[in-house]
Amino acid sequence: MLIKNTPELAHADITPKNVYFNRRNFLRGLGIAGAGAVIGERFSSVLSPATSAFAGTKLTTVKSGYNVDEKITPENDVTHYNNFYEFGSDKGDPARNAQNFRTAPWSVSVEGEVKTPRKFSMEEILRLAPLEERIYRHRCVERWSIVVPWIGYSLSTVLKLVEPTPKAKYVAFETFYDPKQMPQAKYTGLDYPYVEGLRLDEAMHPLALLSVGMYGETLPNQDGAPVRMVIPWKYGYKSIKSLVKIRLQSSEPPTTWNRQAPNEYGFYSNVNPNVDHPRWSQATERRLGEIFMHKTLMFNGYADQVASLYSGMDLKKFH
Amino acid sequence: MFGVQKILTGKRAKVFVFLLSVVPLLFLVWRGFRGELTANPVEFLQHQTGDWTLRFLIFTLSITPLRKILSLPELIRFRRMLGLFAFSYACLHFLTYLGPDQSFNVAGMLKDVAKRPFITVGFAAFVLLIPLAITSTAGWVRRLGGKRWQALHRVIYACAILGVVHFYWLVKSDVREPLFYGMLVGILLAWRLATWFGKRRALAVAPTTGVRSS
Repeated sequence: MLIKNTPELAHADITPKNVYFNRRNFLRGLGIAGAGAVIGERFSSVLSPATSAFAGTKLTTVKSGYNVDEKITPENDVTHYNNFYEFGSDKGDPARNAQNFRTAPWSVSVEGEVKTPRKFSMEEILRLAPLEERIYRHRCVERWSIVVPWIGYSLSTVLKLVEPTPKAKYVAFETFYDPKQMPQAKYTGLDYPYVEGLRLDEAMHPLALLSVGMYGETLPNQDGAPVRMVIPWKYGYKSIKSLVKIRLQSSEPPTTWNRQAPNEYGFYSNVNPNVDHPRWSQATERRLGEIFMHKTLMFNGYADQVASLYSGMDLKKFH
Repeated sequence: MFGVQKILTGKRAKVFVFLLSVVPLLFLVWRGFRGELTANPVEFLQHQTGDWTLRFLIFTLSITPLRKILSLPELIRFRRMLGLFAFSYACLHFLTYLGPDQSFNVAGMLKDVAKRPFITVGFAAFVLLIPLAITSTAGWVRRLGGKRWQALHRVIYACAILGVVHFYWLVKSDVREPLFYGMLVGILLAWRLATWFGKRRALAVAPTTGVRSS
């Protein structure tokens, strides 16, 4: 059924915007080479134009029923204010340092407590289901927030395909890690690879988005290219970037920020204005581009959809 | 050395240091006009003004060691100005918190100050700087008397330490920057401790060796 829903326009049919840039780069590269002044970095990007073949490619999407009616944050803000510690801990670092990040070829392995473990190539991921545009609120634990038109489909699409066994209770996620491509990572005080996790019922929730793009195009490197999670009712760090592994398992998986500071970052990390971070209040947040704070909503405004997942739980204890 | 001393005691030196000290502020204003305060201008201004407060506290604390080490007592001419710049940047830093974060609601702010240790220490450092700024004039030195004035102004050591702790408690995991500032403050305070112990020892041995210490 999922296969039937495949959009008419497959990824391979889309004209990649970057073809033009690569062509131009190539010509420019030749010119510079002719002048005898090729810098190593430039030259390598000329020789391997595939490195950024995905970034900035237009994606065709269908409408979805998961949009918030709020002003979308300017794209330039979302691509130049990032927490992607593998590329440095300053908000401007990822935009600077992730430009040569190689996101092709790429694959995501889905394994563990499943009947049919599988390795999905990026091409397969782009064709598994119609790509939807979903305008979500995104709230960082640091009290800033954005509204982003993501592109993707529910993670449940993939999980259903691999058929979780009855033992599967949790889903563990892992970000790609290569110290050679991410030399800044070792100074940031975190253990890599970056790992995250969800309870299986959370991961199966239709709002839990497997995202391959935003603002009409494939994901920029600094925003977690080529494929990432977006879990809009949880703090931003739960939405793991540049995903390479999904593992279903019976026990609660470790998560990076929880390991770093267990009293500050819990496994659940649901957006909750009533449970403060030990060092600052979570009652308010600042939209990027605005001066003053406004109130943070329970489950980031998704309470109607997700509150039932946590009925009877002490959200202070399981923060 | 004579040339350096002449420059340091010249009238223009103070003007020069003053202009240099306002450059960070002018730079922020200029970036503001160009819309280059990043995607989160408030946070950017909070971090920048906080950084410059710490830096000016460190500049101020460097004067005494540099005077002794470089034998340039003339450097004292700049200490008050640097200290007042530390206070000025601290005021701006405080305003970026009171305004955008707390919507100028003083009661709400005080609640936040009481509840959040990292805010508490930052606020304490700021409040402690106020009497130092007020008593920075020659008139106040006279009124308090040199000894008492000096004792009061040792509070700046606490301000610098609290400032570093404030920064350290703010960051999530990358502690390199606050540790760097902490190291500088540590060195500057350690130098003072060392000279203080050195003096005490000199005093203790003075009667037997006949060396008089003033």
